[in-house]
Amino acid sequence: MGKITLRNVAKRFGEVAVIPDINLDIEDGEFVVFVGPSGCGKSTLLRLIAGLEDVSDGTIEIDGVNATDLPPAKRGLAMVFQSYALYPHMTVRKNIAFPLKMAGLDPAEIERKVDGAAKVLNLSNYLERRPGQLSGGQRQRVAIGRAIVREPKAFLFDEPLSNLDAALRVNMRIEISELHQTLKTTMIYVTHDQVEAMTMADKIVVLNAGRIEQVGSPLELYRRPANLFVAGFIGSPKMNFIEGSEAKLHNAATIGIRPEHIDLSTSAGTWKGTVGMSEHLGSDTFMRVTVEGLGMLTVRASGEVSVQQGDTVWLTPQDGKLHHFDANGKSLA
Amino acid sequence: MARALSPRRRLLTTIAAWFVALLIFFPVLWMLITSFKTEASAVASPPELFSADWTFENYTEVWARSDYPRFFWNSVVISIGSTLLGLAIAIPAAWSMAFVPTKRTKDLLMWMLSTKMMPAVAVMIPLYLVFQRVGLFDTKIGLVLALMLMNLPIIVWMLYTYFREIPGEILEAARMDGASLWNEIVYVLTPMAVPGIASTLLLNVILAWNEAFWTITLTTTKAAPLSAFIASFSAPQGLFYAKLSAASTMAIAPILILGWFSQKQLVRGLTFGAVK
Amino acid sequence: MSTQSTRLAARLMVAPSVILLFIWMIVPLAMTLYFSFRLYRLLSPERTGWVGFNNYIWFLNSPDFWLAIWNTLALVGGVLVITVVLGTLVALLIDQPVKGQGVLRILVIAPFFVMPPVAASIWENLFMHPQNGLFAAISRGFGAQPILFLEQHPMPSVIAIVAWEWLPFATLILLTALQSLSSEQIEAAEMDGASAFSRFRYIILPHLTRAITAVILIQTIFLLGIFGEIYTTTQGGPGSASTTLPYMIFKQAIVAKDIGRAAAGGIIAVILANIVAVFLMRGLGKNLDA
Ligand SMILES: Nc1ncnc2c1ncn2[C@@H]1O[C@H](COP(=O)(O)OP(=O)(O)O)[C@@H](O)[C@H]1O
Ligand SMILES: [Mg+2]
Repeated sequence: MGKITLRNVAKRFGEVAVIPDINLDIEDGEFVVFVGPSGCGKSTLLRLIAGLEDVSDGTIEIDGVNATDLPPAKRGLAMVFQSYALYPHMTVRKNIAFPLKMAGLDPAEIERKVDGAAKVLNLSNYLERRPGQLSGGQRQRVAIGRAIVREPKAFLFDEPLSNLDAALRVNMRIEISELHQTLKTTMIYVTHDQVEAMTMADKIVVLNAGRIEQVGSPLELYRRPANLFVAGFIGSPKMNFIEGSEAKLHNAATIGIRPEHIDLSTSAGTWKGTVGMSEHLGSDTFMRVTVEGLGMLTVRASGEVSVQQGDTVWLTPQDGKLHHFDANGKSLA
Repeated sequence: MARALSPRRRLLTTIAAWFVALLIFFPVLWMLITSFKTEASAVASPPELFSADWTFENYTEVWARSDYPRFFWNSVVISIGSTLLGLAIAIPAAWSMAFVPTKRTKDLLMWMLSTKMMPAVAVMIPLYLVFQRVGLFDTKIGLVLALMLMNLPIIVWMLYTYFREIPGEILEAARMDGASLWNEIVYVLTPMAVPGIASTLLLNVILAWNEAFWTITLTTTKAAPLSAFIASFSAPQGLFYAKLSAASTMAIAPILILGWFSQKQLVRGLTFGAVK
Repeated sequence: MSTQSTRLAARLMVAPSVILLFIWMIVPLAMTLYFSFRLYRLLSPERTGWVGFNNYIWFLNSPDFWLAIWNTLALVGGVLVITVVLGTLVALLIDQPVKGQGVLRILVIAPFFVMPPVAASIWENLFMHPQNGLFAAISRGFGAQPILFLEQHPMPSVIAIVAWEWLPFATLILLTALQSLSSEQIEAAEMDGASAFSRFRYIILPHLTRAITAVILIQTIFLLGIFGEIYTTTQGGPGSASTTLPYMIFKQAIVAKDIGRAAAGGIIAVILANIVAVFLMRGLGKNLDA
């Protein structure tokens, strides 16, 4: 079980309201990702759920029980920290065994569980090493191992992959997703990387300045962003925004079009522009095109496109792919 | 930041360094040498670097004339006892200051240090009277308490600067893992801080061993440590240089040997937050 | 990083230290304050009573008072300057890649393990003694009159002894700090054409600031109360030439057996210590762990 409910949760540090007021329901077994720019309060929110900080207002329920005033140890949650926070003076075995030891399990039982977790995480050969003798990926796995042996109601991850190099990050991302498939335990995962959010989440919670901007599945957020912030944050490269007279034509304060939703032609189209810098990745080509009256638009074309800087091209937004926003940035459905 | 030098520079630097080190060490060395001389050769003019007839007699005589083992044992109990008690009280305090700091943490630390600035002589009479009254005068317990309180600010400060280098996330991980505060300190913080704690322990054992004001003021015989032992050999007036040197050597040898053997551990934590 | 319960626990855990230190400070201080307004002479125990500020007035008007203040400050300042300057030089020297570094360090730190009465009596008897001391023998070897260190230059002699005791401590802390300086920084400066002096002035010295601050703070704490070294060597003399404030208080209490006056002196010493403390903390506090 692992249903977590936040009701009017607020957190203030002194005068600063880092989280003004949040309501959120996390269902049992869900993989929920909190995503948002650095400093928006993701870690704070996670630490409130963990019990490492008190809420200033509101309640937190775990499986229907009010956990607002419970200490971290009593909440039945496990956390994987950005720095891994392994105990440097203990072997991998002792690290993983620590929560079980604290729970007062008998040594044979601990041994069995640690060996089981080590097998799942490919750590069996490293159990007698210290964290200092492990690679980044292995440390990450130890941190996860320490979390899973407790069989928690939910796992909390705070940017767990940000200290890994790019290749390893992709692997660990897959491993964590697979772990979720196997365990089917609730996971709350914090990241500032929207690619991680899109690839891993059942449900994404987009945070901005301590507020929830939108909650939804990855594709919902991609297809129907609730506002300018979400539209700009989800998707890479970023959605193009166009204001002014062109937007007025569509009865909106701002219109948005994703780079992959623009068709490119050398002969005809809606907007005429000049090619600036372009990046050729082989699989895709990204171009910056300056369109008179609209400004600079990013265009993504699949495959190799032979355009040169200075070429004149024509751009056409695909049917039904334009997003409309009002003057407050809210999406006009 | 040691770096390579040219062979010539290296030789010159080596000579200079050894010269300076021997100069600093010389008084101790001279005391050692004198302690093995006869009284006559100890005051011979010109001075003899090595006496022709060196002797152990000074040591046997000092040993016979005083109850060295008792002084020694008192020193051991008082310096180690006061330091361990100080650590037991200071570790939780330093945990608080390092991991749950408030706006006043630094002021609190500075206040603690400032209590040490009160000259001992200034409060000698009242403490003497208090110790007499509550029955702590000339007891080992009394001196353990007095020296613990004297060194407590230094212990807290050293531990605090050391704890601050330990990431708070690790303690939070322990908390998530279900560790109580006690377990967090016993199983996670303390083992991680072993180098800092060892260094703190050593420095404070040395400071307590060498303390020579309260240990003399607050004792007469029963609890008197080696500082009192050496004070009883004062004013030797010429003829007793060798015996004075022998007694001095006996007073400092235990801590000197301890210090030499553990100098690595001592130095490692001796940063007072000055090293990032 | 904390919840209310951890903050509460944190307060409970500093409490023993704070309470014990507070008692350790306030009880003797209150008693000293009380005595300082009383007539309290061990030689005439039948005469007691309140004397207002008389003890203070006597102390402040005593011909030795300003000399004692001056001597106290000279002792603290002199030892600080010597230990910081020489400590830096010695640390720089033994940090070099020389033969036998381990042994060198052992030799240099030895004085720190010598308890003050021993240090004082070694220097007084084996070195500074006008007949039998090593210095006197050296003077005679040059055909000169022995220098009467403790008789004619009592303060500088005491300062030298205390500086010798504290030099290792300063050296060790500065050495530890020095070793944490990356050689890359020095090499970068060398590439930029900095001379040895400018490397010291602009790179090494700033790096040592915090260590020097720590040395000054800790040593001041210990130096303000220096007593044993003077007691063993000069007994504050000749006359009052080497009487410091702690020694002056001691003389009132133990020689003159006037507890009231000694207590007044104690309060004055506490006030002086607090002035120095405030000055130090203001000046140096921000230098320590920002
Ligand atoms: N203990 C604290 N005291 C004061 N402000 C804090 C504290 N912790 C976090 N903050 C502030 O709260 C905001 C959100 O921080 P955080 O939750 O760490 O952001 P994120 O994890 O999204 O990058 C930041 O502006 C940060 O400065
Ligand atoms: Mg964060």
